[in-house]
Amino acid sequence: MEEKIQLLKKELLEKFDSVKTMQELNDLKVQYQGKKGIITELNSGIKDVPAEEKKEYGMQVNVLREAFNTGYETIKTRLEEEAVNRKLKEETIDISLPSVKNMRGSKHPFNRIIEEVEDLFVSMGYDVVDGPELEDDEHCFRLLNYTVGHPARDAQDTFYIDEEYLLRTQTSASQSRVMQANTEKSPIRVICPGKTYRRDDDATHSHQFGQVEGLVIDKNISLADLKGTLEIFAKKLLGEETKVRFRPSYFPFTSPSCEVDVTCFKCGGKGCPLCKKTGWIELLGAGMVHPNVLRMGGYDPDKFTGFAFGTGLDRLAMFRYAIPDIRYMYTNDIRFLKQFDETDVENV
Amino acid sequence: MKLSLNFLRDYIKVPVDMVTLGEDMTNIGNEYDSAKKLLEVEGLTIGKVLECEMHPDSDHLHVCKVDVGTEVLNIVCGAPNVRVGIKVIVALVNAKLPGGTIKKGKIRGVESCGMLCSVEELGLEHKFLKPEDIEGIAELGDDAEIGGDPVKYLGMDDEVIDFELTANRGDLLSILGMAYEVAALYDLPMNEVDTNYTESDDDFSKKFNLKIETENCSLFYAKKVENVVIKESPKWMQNRLIASGIRPINNVVDISNYVMLEIGQPLHYYDADRLGDTLVVRMAEENEKLTTLDEQERTLSVNDIVIADKEKAIGLAGVMGGLSTEVENDTKNIVIEAAIFNPVKVRLTSKKILRSEASNRFEKGLDPKRTLLAIERSCALLEKYADAKVVGGMCEYNTTNSDDRVLEFPIQSVRDILGIDVSNDTIYHILKRLRIEAEANNENIIVKLPSRRWDLQIKEDVIHDIGRYYGMDNIQGKKMILEVTPGSYDKFKRSARNKMVELGLNETLSYALIPVAEVPKYSTTGFEVVKILDPMTEERNALRNSLIPSLKMVYEYNKARNEKDISLFEIGKSFHKINGQYGEHLSLAALMTGVYTVGLEKKVVDFYVLKGVMEELLDYLGFKNRYSLVVEDIPAELHPGQAASIVVDGKKLGIIGKIHPNITKDNVYVMELNLEELSTANHENMKYKEISKFPNVSKDVAFVVSKDAKSSDIEAIIRKAAGKKLIGLEVFDVYEGVNVGEGKKSIAYSLTFNDKEKTLSDEEVLTIFNKVIEKVTSEYEATVRDS
Repeated sequence: MEEKIQLLKKELLEKFDSVKTMQELNDLKVQYQGKKGIITELNSGIKDVPAEEKKEYGMQVNVLREAFNTGYETIKTRLEEEAVNRKLKEETIDISLPSVKNMRGSKHPFNRIIEEVEDLFVSMGYDVVDGPELEDDEHCFRLLNYTVGHPARDAQDTFYIDEEYLLRTQTSASQSRVMQANTEKSPIRVICPGKTYRRDDDATHSHQFGQVEGLVIDKNISLADLKGTLEIFAKKLLGEETKVRFRPSYFPFTSPSCEVDVTCFKCGGKGCPLCKKTGWIELLGAGMVHPNVLRMGGYDPDKFTGFAFGTGLDRLAMFRYAIPDIRYMYTNDIRFLKQFDETDVENV
Repeated sequence: MKLSLNFLRDYIKVPVDMVTLGEDMTNIGNEYDSAKKLLEVEGLTIGKVLECEMHPDSDHLHVCKVDVGTEVLNIVCGAPNVRVGIKVIVALVNAKLPGGTIKKGKIRGVESCGMLCSVEELGLEHKFLKPEDIEGIAELGDDAEIGGDPVKYLGMDDEVIDFELTANRGDLLSILGMAYEVAALYDLPMNEVDTNYTESDDDFSKKFNLKIETENCSLFYAKKVENVVIKESPKWMQNRLIASGIRPINNVVDISNYVMLEIGQPLHYYDADRLGDTLVVRMAEENEKLTTLDEQERTLSVNDIVIADKEKAIGLAGVMGGLSTEVENDTKNIVIEAAIFNPVKVRLTSKKILRSEASNRFEKGLDPKRTLLAIERSCALLEKYADAKVVGGMCEYNTTNSDDRVLEFPIQSVRDILGIDVSNDTIYHILKRLRIEAEANNENIIVKLPSRRWDLQIKEDVIHDIGRYYGMDNIQGKKMILEVTPGSYDKFKRSARNKMVELGLNETLSYALIPVAEVPKYSTTGFEVVKILDPMTEERNALRNSLIPSLKMVYEYNKARNEKDISLFEIGKSFHKINGQYGEHLSLAALMTGVYTVGLEKKVVDFYVLKGVMEELLDYLGFKNRYSLVVEDIPAELHPGQAASIVVDGKKLGIIGKIHPNITKDNVYVMELNLEELSTANHENMKYKEISKFPNVSKDVAFVVSKDAKSSDIEAIIRKAAGKKLIGLEVFDVYEGVNVGEGKKSIAYSLTFNDKEKTLSDEEVLTIFNKVIEKVTSEYEATVRDS
């Protein structure tokens, strides 16, 4: 019996060795452990074995059964591993092929810069206000101390609609509206970004452009407060290293008045063609709100002082996003527009 | 304002070079544009032509031997006037001229070591050149020293700083005003104006009638000089005029311009014999005619101030003189006018007729003291350089007050407004440098503002001036401490923009000014077009009402650049005039064409794609289930079968549709919404809605209906029939074709049911579902499509 089993075992191991697929392995299982399988039949043959041999017989059948089970499990595991490896290999892809993307839109840089400016000033407690673009002479000029025939009106070639109505030449027009609207005559902290218009069109000027006006009215406001505020503005929008320089100037609605330069964002102040080798770029006009303007806005200049500033948004956007020509801003070439979805500007 | 430094040096010693002066002036508020030598040349010397022979290989070139002091140079010259013995300007090898650098070279085989120059070649502006300056080389006088500097010899060794002055500083439009500024800048003494002359014992005022008939003239002086000799003015005077940008004419005209440049007061010289014995200042009559100096006949209005004789206007006050009394070569006697006219009137007249050096000064305001000074300076110069005999006496009219204006204010306010800790001593010292008298009165400062500084009106102006000289840049920035209040901005507009960007559209920024013919398009509401009075071009002569024409132009621009897939939007103002009232509101418009990506799926844009964008936007902005499309009021520019008005809360707030095939053959879809109305409407905020604990059950059904059927009608029946348990209804397929028959279409709906209280059983769902089918097929011309 033992010999017979050893023979069968040898035969079984040979058969295991030749198994290549799960199908062959399963066929083998049927052949040995199926209803009429070799091991099944050996097992049922025990009833014909004399009683004193039954134990030995059983042990020998067990040897074969265990040999089968061990071999079966080993080969099954091997075949499964092979199958997984084959599948992984089959599924290997060229990861360098292009990705699939969602469609994304883009914000125009003009509005992007407005949002940046708004976010900065809102964080300092300013309200953002909007004013009409189709303005009247009174708000755009007269309430800002530009009397009729004032020579400073020359600097602002105006599109008139009729004798009184015009396209606002400066967002400063909102100053007078904000002061009028504040019936309590309480302190004011606002910015007004928006579109402005002048009869002027060349390589560096567009007849339509953007400005943002800032106005603070409170008690004991000074030029030093203005400078501190504009330093924050310049550093946050143009980089922490940016320096601010005040130069005296003149605007009818401020006194004292100044032009505000910032260190050239391109060369950092060393001097380059952009800043005409001066190291500085003119960015804003500013000053202390003229007492006449306060008075016309219903504020007592003996009790309140304030500062106002204004800057060009197009230039700011051009600085910020390195746009070389103002005309790109208004051409709306879709290849230009789409650029403004790719990289977020540095967090401020 | 072109400042000649030689001219300035008459009054003050300039302690720095021109660029430093420009920079320093800029820092006190007088910005300079450029600082240049009058002639930007290098490497020139004075030479004498020793020999001059015809070039062997040319019919006009000469070969010259020129003595330049250190050596004798061989120079080929093409000028017709070159000859032996004359003294000439020699540009040596490596000399720099505006036209380029001079190189040693051979001209038709003959070596030439330099160039003989004409005045033109030195780079003088064309308007200052005389014919001889262009036609031949410059011939210098016998007193020119060989080897010397020809620019210095010509008196053109001047430097010019071009300032861009602010509108308040009319006083700086003069050498004298500049001298005050520079004197304050460097704390320097100044020279007096030379006004020495002698005059006859006559009294001109007794022989001449001056009548001022308008309040627009506040000051008028008229003085006479006799027996002038008209000739060229001295070279130095001509050069200073040239450096200041004014063309020399003759000594008398030059003196009037010279005094204007020097003192800042424009003058007019009349030929006294042609003038007669009367001068009247009055407003012009409507349509009065006047021929001005430039020989043009001008038609005047009642707003123009004129100078007249007994009968007619002979000059346009502050702007330009008349032709009839012009100083000419045979003029002997002159009446000098120095006056102050209403700046606003002069400004309006000059804007209409001519902006001149004179009108520029009148507009910015003049100092009455300088008006008299200009008369005196004129007399002194006319006596000296035109042999004039000054007649005693003068006609005067004066309603001005040239006394110092006194201001008193707390000196502390200087520190408060500038935000700096400046000492009283410094403040007084700065005012002293400015030659503004000041004294203390307890805690107050009293300043006496001179008439020459019209820009100083209120204490803030004086503080501005103190700040200018203290150095505005010396102010240290302060971090303000104010009451904490939250800032705010228009979140609605930003939400709309963010959503459109999220939906994949690119934001544009286009011009609000468009051609007037485009304005009424894509609009159905009645309004008047808002036109520009004086447009720059016909392309930009009216304010847009709809943003769609602008988007369409952007689309065309990009299409021309082979861009086919275009999805754009813009948020901007829309303008109108209704019942005589101007108005504007914020509008949002979109344009889509070509391929659009929905999720990751590419889709050719059709009406439904844009409708989806509109719905997603409105849902996001808080208008879910409050809008609908109605086929009414479709603008003519849209396809009548693929367009609708957008109705929100029962109000028409926009349009959507395909651009009419007559306008473009491409499939272009546009929409516009009144964002302002939406933002003021009561839009819902984001809030939690209860979700059921029990699972949803879905069932699909397709109805075959007429091709003209509206899905929204069927949906209404479904909703009504299904009741509350229907929580979702979607169209997932629309089919037209042979399988459903001619003139028909199939619409497939997916219905989702839920009960908040329990899990719905199949029977319950089936009951509702069958009721839906029953209602749709009975109330509508529809059959269930067999699947």
